[in-house]
Amino acid sequence: MEIDLQHVVKLARIDLTPDEEARIRPQVEEILKYVEKLGELDVSDVEPTAHAVPLTNVMREDEIQPSLSHDDAMRNAPKKSNGLFVVPKIVE
Amino acid sequence: MPHTLTIHELTTQLAARQLTAREATQACLDRITAVDENLNAFISHDAQDALAQAAAADAAIANGASHDEQPLLGVPIAIKDVIAVKNQPLTCGSKILGDFISPYEATVIGKLRDAGATIFGRLNMDEFAMGSSTENSAFGPARNPWDQERISGGSSGGSAVAVAVDECIAALGSDTGGSIRQPAAHCGCVGLKPTYGRVSRFGLVAYASSLDQIGTLTKDTRDAATMLNVISGHDPRDSTSIQRDVPDYASGFGENLKGLKIGLPREYQAAGLDPEVRDSVDAAIKQLGELGAEVREISLPHTEYAVATYYIIATAEASANLARFEGVRYGARVEGSDPESMNRATRGAGFGEEVKRRIILGTYVLSSGYYDAYYLRAQKVRTLIREDFLKAFEEVDIIASPTSPTAAFKIGEKAGDPLQMYLSDIYTISANLASICGISVPCGFTSGNLPIGLQLLGRPFGEGKILQAAHTYEQATDWHTKRPTIN
Repeated sequence: MEIDLQHVVKLARIDLTPDEEARIRPQVEEILKYVEKLGELDVSDVEPTAHAVPLTNVMREDEIQPSLSHDDAMRNAPKKSNGLFVVPKIVE
Repeated sequence: MPHTLTIHELTTQLAARQLTAREATQACLDRITAVDENLNAFISHDAQDALAQAAAADAAIANGASHDEQPLLGVPIAIKDVIAVKNQPLTCGSKILGDFISPYEATVIGKLRDAGATIFGRLNMDEFAMGSSTENSAFGPARNPWDQERISGGSSGGSAVAVAVDECIAALGSDTGGSIRQPAAHCGCVGLKPTYGRVSRFGLVAYASSLDQIGTLTKDTRDAATMLNVISGHDPRDSTSIQRDVPDYASGFGENLKGLKIGLPREYQAAGLDPEVRDSVDAAIKQLGELGAEVREISLPHTEYAVATYYIIATAEASANLARFEGVRYGARVEGSDPESMNRATRGAGFGEEVKRRIILGTYVLSSGYYDAYYLRAQKVRTLIREDFLKAFEEVDIIASPTSPTAAFKIGEKAGDPLQMYLSDIYTISANLASICGISVPCGFTSGNLPIGLQLLGRPFGEGKILQAAHTYEQATDWHTKRPTIN
């Protein structure tokens, strides 16, 4: 079981140090090898369980209700300006 | 010594004016000062805010407010640092949230406040509730009060320690794969995981959404029932919470156990079960039999697949839930030249190694080409595991087992071997996969004086039944009254 760790790390958007990569790779591979035991079971006629309680869509009237103020929603932002989140430049 | 009281003892004294809420809260704060530097149960606490709430409770009591109306009036309750309390810090045991202050409040906190509780303290935990030892906290491990070289259990380790050493009267935790029951067993207190959907999760930071549930850590079963009475119920802000009446969970207390059927899963007698734990749990089950219960063997044939199923489903859901920590809307940020490198640097610096490992595993099992083989298959095996339990509950009312296969292990003992750590969750994770309820109660000690927990699992929404059995056992024993000596 060899995984393309660089690809997964890119999908997950997590930088790993070379040390972390060296530790995590064999651990993840060992866990993936362990979970292969699920392959022993024939599940072709089994329905998947996403949630174990029956869920139905919950609707409410389309009315404005109190919610977080703009200031409260912004107050933990690491970088903000004029009531907006600031991110690194995306387009030239 | 008001901090050593249970909820029912404290409220009796408050109502009789033998004690004030302020004295009770101050006693907890003093206890934290005395013991928490070593134990590390609390990440932070706001003493001034706690005393102000307690003073308000005293004023309410003086004005005639009663514990019939507000069952937790004047009771200091501490909160796992994964549940939002308005204007208090929220770290989830992680560096990535930086100095986040919660702008809103979890539904359970509102319910505790309505019941009169004094909400205080942020309790230590494995980062984002991922772990079985609290070693994964960015703030250092919470230590086991019975032997400080050992783990407190996890992920709600801080909650279990704080209750076990009387730093609070009761605490909230969260349980995704045993995170309330296992630390309760390791620290010698009562840990209750309600049925999925019983308690609103609005304001609980999500780890694995189809498994997470808020529950309680208390000094006895009566307090567990009181807490559950308060926090249960439907919440329009949590679409997974169930519209179902909330009974009085202590209503069965005092009735005998005649006719109660208890099942022992054959598959739980596996290798890795410590003989001292096995003997204590066997003795507890024998005692339940003497108290009137009928005990019989049952089978949960898919038990050996539970750990694998759990670690696929939980990590997959975690990889999606934790995508929100990207350095833009809240928390810490590490700058980068473009958004993606900023995200990657922020997450690389902010998350601890276990969280990274689980996100990577979860991302992998959901990635293109692997989804069917891992995630979909695990969801199907989850169906088989749930069916095992529902079938067993046609024969028996309660399933009994050890909470954990061993007593608390040494700090660092399993840290380098995540798979071994995961396998120690064998008795607890199935309850989350099957969405049933469970409780851990103290049932003895090892020869090294470490607590052992008895787990009782119940049908969906069968909390009343497991609490009744646990309470009857508790009345016949004194394990729950044992307290560690802190040096």
